[in-house]
Amino acid sequence: MRAASTRFRLGAFVAVSMLVTGCQPTEFSDAEKQTIASLALSALPPLPDDPTNKVANDPAAAALGATLFFDTRMSANGAVSCSTCHLIDRQFQDDLPLAKGIGTTNRRTMPLAGVAWSPWFFWDGRRDSLWAQALVPMENPVEHGGNRAAFAHFIAANFHDRYERIFGPLPDLSGVPANAGPLGDAAEKAAWDTMTDAQRGDVDRIFSNIGKMIATFERSIAPKETRFDRFAAALAAGKEPQGDAAFSNEEMLGLKLFIGKANCVTCHNGARFTDNHFHNTGVPVVAGLPEDLGRETAVKEVAADPFNCLGKFSDAGPAACGELRFMVTAGEALTRAYKTPSLRGAADRPPYMHAGQIETLEAVLDHYATAPAAPSGTSEVHPVTLSERERGALIAFLRALSG
Amino acid sequence: MKRTHWILIAAAAVVVAIAAVAVHMMMAPPDDLDMARSKLSEQKFYLATVAPEQEPLRQGELHAWVLTLATPDNKPVEGATIAVDGGMPQHGHGLPTSPQMTSYLGEGRYRIEGVKFNMAGWWELKFAISAPPGDDRVTFNLVL
Repeated sequence: MRAASTRFRLGAFVAVSMLVTGCQPTEFSDAEKQTIASLALSALPPLPDDPTNKVANDPAAAALGATLFFDTRMSANGAVSCSTCHLIDRQFQDDLPLAKGIGTTNRRTMPLAGVAWSPWFFWDGRRDSLWAQALVPMENPVEHGGNRAAFAHFIAANFHDRYERIFGPLPDLSGVPANAGPLGDAAEKAAWDTMTDAQRGDVDRIFSNIGKMIATFERSIAPKETRFDRFAAALAAGKEPQGDAAFSNEEMLGLKLFIGKANCVTCHNGARFTDNHFHNTGVPVVAGLPEDLGRETAVKEVAADPFNCLGKFSDAGPAACGELRFMVTAGEALTRAYKTPSLRGAADRPPYMHAGQIETLEAVLDHYATAPAAPSGTSEVHPVTLSERERGALIAFLRALSG
Repeated sequence: MKRTHWILIAAAAVVVAIAAVAVHMMMAPPDDLDMARSKLSEQKFYLATVAPEQEPLRQGELHAWVLTLATPDNKPVEGATIAVDGGMPQHGHGLPTSPQMTSYLGEGRYRIEGVKFNMAGWWELKFAISAPPGDDRVTFNLVL
């Protein structure tokens, strides 16, 4: 009797310790189930309004925006469009460590699925609306390399009627130089300086409307359902996941680690697997690139951007500009802080980090497990010990976030 | 028999150690966290009460709170200057936004806009209050 009781106690202990250490069988507590449900696509809120863009839900604007997105005439050399780096069949990114337009940029191209749910744009959040974001590459000499006067003339010459049906009459651009802009080369800047305030306002209005149409198109690019979402739906319904919704033991362990010991869900939270915030995670600098301080520089840039939420080209009043009005503008936490990227589809789009510094998912896990000191500022990451089995499980789970 | 006991004790110690590590990694908030939404400030100059404008609190959404200030004998405090701070004590970081007192709503009530909690866990919301009774501070705990 006594021996049997000891055996029972030992058996119970083994069962308990297996659960505690994350060994099989993998089951989820109620709290874990709640977290899993919060990550599922079904938890994604409806497409948010963009009050800064009055044509954000106008199908005609989306259609012309799509046309412009793929139009290589929107560049200085006639060879670069938004889709040069945001490839439609590659999750709207380019698989390169650093994006290549006319030249090479300093950052990794971001994918576009679910971008309309984001409060900040670019890796460092240096723009506060999707349309203000779309304007930046168009005038960057190493991306489209264009200038806003040329873009305004291009719209008037090629899309006159379609533009007017969306925004009303185009202004008279006859006195506007063919090439002019405040961010261009010396000749373009000089030409911009010769223009009247009214002419500059006209050009800026058309330029901002180009961004709004492209943004309206991009709002239609939504995250797609994945195997994880089907698994999560079955779990939430208390049903046995069927077909490809069934997770392997390895994927179950990976999910458990993701929302538990590995602390991934701290930042990669919500249905888009991002907290939409900026973190210093000790990602190394890339030799040869100019100094990059991430959010620290971006807060100044977005505050000064004439196309921000509080600017005259925004269709919203200050009440809609909370993110900008209440953004953190100083402090060490901003130094080399970059936006938490969504992990949906991430397994299929190496390399990783804001300048493609890390080539594989395995190496990303190594980075987070070892938590190296940041090149500047302070890394928020704390080291965590992961066994080979646990690393494999996390990667298996991340793959279930694709397709 | 004795040997079995030792194995059990050693095994139990391992379980406790693993559980302790797991708890540390998960960073559960302390059990005895003061969750009161109404309390006296540190120097007892003010009775402070906080309430979000909308409940339940939603992670990741910008929202507003109302801070109500009264003297300990329950008279509304007017004309206060309020600075807002906070963060996650277990993560060592501050708030993701910079909330501000944006309007006085009357009867000691102040609107605090621009609050956001971008992670689950234990958050502190701290108010530095400056008004005729004196400068004082009060901290509220929240768990998302």
